[in-house]
Amino acid sequence: MSSEPLLQVENLTTHFHTDEGTVRAVDGVSFDVSRGETVCLVGESGSGKSVTSESITRIVDIPPGEIVDGSVRFDGQELTEISEKELRKIRGKRIAHVFQNPQDALNPVYTVGTQIGEVMKIHGTEQDKAARRRRAVDLLDRVGIPDPAARVDNYPHEMSGGMKQRVVIAMALAAQPDLLIADEPTTALDVTIQAQILDLLAELQEEFGMSVLFVTHDLGVVAQIADRVVVMYAGKVMERGGVHDVFDNPGHPYTRALLACLPGEGDAETIGGELPSPLDPPEGCRFAARCPYAVEDCRVGDQPELVPVDGHADHTASCIFHQPDYDRSHIDREVDWESGAGTAAADGGVRGDGA
Amino acid sequence: MSEEQSLESRPSRTAGDPLLDVRGLEKHYPITEGVLKKQVGKVRAVDGVSFSIGRGETLGLVGESGCGKSTAAENILRLEDPTGGQVLFDGKDVTGIEGQELKQFRRRAQIVFQDPTSSFDPRMSVGESITEPLLIHGMRDRERRRGIGQNLLERVGLSADDYGRYPHEFSGGQKQRIGLARSLVLNPEFIVADEPVSALDVSIKTAILNLIDDLQEEFDLSILLISHDMGVVRQVCDRVAVMYLGKIVEMGPTEQLFDDPQHPYTQALISSIPRPDPNQRGTSVRLSGTVPSPSNPPSGCRFHTRCPQVIQPEGYEFEQTEWRGVMDVRHRLQTGELDLEAIRELQVAGDGEEPTDEAVKGGIREEFDLPGTLSSPPAEAVFDEALDQVVAEEFGDAAALLAEEFETVCEREEPPLDATDAGHVAACHLHDDAVTATLDGIDE
Repeated sequence: MSSEPLLQVENLTTHFHTDEGTVRAVDGVSFDVSRGETVCLVGESGSGKSVTSESITRIVDIPPGEIVDGSVRFDGQELTEISEKELRKIRGKRIAHVFQNPQDALNPVYTVGTQIGEVMKIHGTEQDKAARRRRAVDLLDRVGIPDPAARVDNYPHEMSGGMKQRVVIAMALAAQPDLLIADEPTTALDVTIQAQILDLLAELQEEFGMSVLFVTHDLGVVAQIADRVVVMYAGKVMERGGVHDVFDNPGHPYTRALLACLPGEGDAETIGGELPSPLDPPEGCRFAARCPYAVEDCRVGDQPELVPVDGHADHTASCIFHQPDYDRSHIDREVDWESGAGTAAADGGVRGDGA
Repeated sequence: MSEEQSLESRPSRTAGDPLLDVRGLEKHYPITEGVLKKQVGKVRAVDGVSFSIGRGETLGLVGESGCGKSTAAENILRLEDPTGGQVLFDGKDVTGIEGQELKQFRRRAQIVFQDPTSSFDPRMSVGESITEPLLIHGMRDRERRRGIGQNLLERVGLSADDYGRYPHEFSGGQKQRIGLARSLVLNPEFIVADEPVSALDVSIKTAILNLIDDLQEEFDLSILLISHDMGVVRQVCDRVAVMYLGKIVEMGPTEQLFDDPQHPYTQALISSIPRPDPNQRGTSVRLSGTVPSPSNPPSGCRFHTRCPQVIQPEGYEFEQTEWRGVMDVRHRLQTGELDLEAIRELQVAGDGEEPTDEAVKGGIREEFDLPGTLSSPPAEAVFDEALDQVVAEEFGDAAALLAEEFETVCEREEPPLDATDAGHVAACHLHDDAVTATLDGIDE
């Protein structure tokens, strides 16, 4: 085993070809996931976080989607170059997915035991039918389903939402994957059940030594589970770093805005303006139109490179004010996030209605 | 209903007549069987809920999915007919009204739904959608309707030019703004907002919540805000009511309830919110099991099957976590959900040999996170005897033994929604002086 990360995503670019034009959903995204580590991809809807996670195993719809550029190295293998047939051996076996809605991931006409067993059958990890059933019972037990030996013969509709999500997790674990990609797996669940599922993922990760790529919009969840965080906005990475660095010392104004608008005690802020059009993204930093700190330089050229925040090599932000030629204190002033839309209006850009 | 009556006479609550006064609201759905639709039971979706909302006040109703919060709202607005209780709106009971009276009531009470996309007709311009209620209520003048509609669009932060556009041209947050405009078009006094922001992104959520706040002030609205998201409720509500399985378990001023929750269920809900601070991890209360079915709710306090603080039986002293585990075993036996075969099968999985009775008993303890021996010897003696009966497949006897020996006040009596030391009301025996007095007696 080498010291290189389990998953290395480099300059990943996924476009969708639609009638209205090319949607640049993911536009040059890079990050990596080490063994046994939990990385959270966080962003609002439309940020490209789900498409990023789906591009890794190419389960994104092709066409209209197309992975136009970039590299995805998984355990030393380049996934963008291998055939669909080879990729199928990796999907579900070495990289498993869990999605937001467990209802869609389960087949209503088969028992959950059969569906868990099918994973082992397809990936050849267990050929004997009785053994598969035993392992399915064992997995259901591990994911915290009471009476697993009875539940293994249940159909999905006989279970609650939280239980179905546990079954989906059991299916994902059936082939003992090295990487689990979980896309908003707790968003459809109640907070009490969400807490149980997050605990479960942490336990299982420790037990199986799995890496987890967790996609979510909820910064609360990120703070609870992440080792490292990748903040996305409009198809680009805005900030990357360890969870403590990102929460305690957010480098990019967008990350600060996201943290400021969490509802809770008292004064939550809102971010003025709207997500830029993915069909025709603006020049410069994608967040500039909504950023109250933005200056002329923010609206020219490409998205700024990810540069270290306060000299930490593994905490980087895509904001020119962290570059040596700019004065960092500019983005340390107190601002009103809502007024970001005002700057945009001066640009003749986005409608200033905040929603 | 006596406890609810006494609640209503609390002076703090009746300062100024409330706009809405819900008393003992019930909605039971029949469960029928066969071609003759014989009623074999009922789902107690809402089971005796009482609260009031003052003029210009926002009350939050929170709880997990399936706790009956939306059903309560639908019954208050007469989108469904309640099976019991009263809903006094401006002093008048609206549960039985019909025809013209009902139409009038609906002019004064409106609703905003969760999903802004499915609540608009895609073939109607948003202007037509917003002003349709005016037409229904007899305003024939198209130009006047347009004027009102355009004015409202501006008030909710959109532009008058948007009047002729269609729903698909708007983002989710903008559609929710249009939904708010529609709910305001008849100049109502009361609005139910059913999960108004749960389909929206974080950055937009706050904008919509702020808008609701502003509109409330501008129009002097009373609002019932339903949400499963405690953060949302905390941000906009004056008071909060927490529902569990068709009943209100705690109610009080927002900050007081969040700072000093009195009911173990509220405590669990609040502590389950993932905190956006990586330095505070894993501090939340974990609940066992899931919400029981409202067709067969637990006796006594409905939360006792999951409550981490369930009160111990008289005469025994357990570790609280062990007691919770024993209660879980008991509950599972009573509902007939304890599957001995499952536990046997798990024990077999190791070596292939038929497991001994002791191994199976150990398996049961393991399943419920219980130690090999309970720390309290008298409790251990009873529990071990019960496990012997379980292994001998005498489930009924085991359940009966545990029920008799380990009976808790939480399953015997329903706790009243009474004032607590924190100042607001909660329905929990831990706040009942008579119950806690006997508990203290045991300790000594």
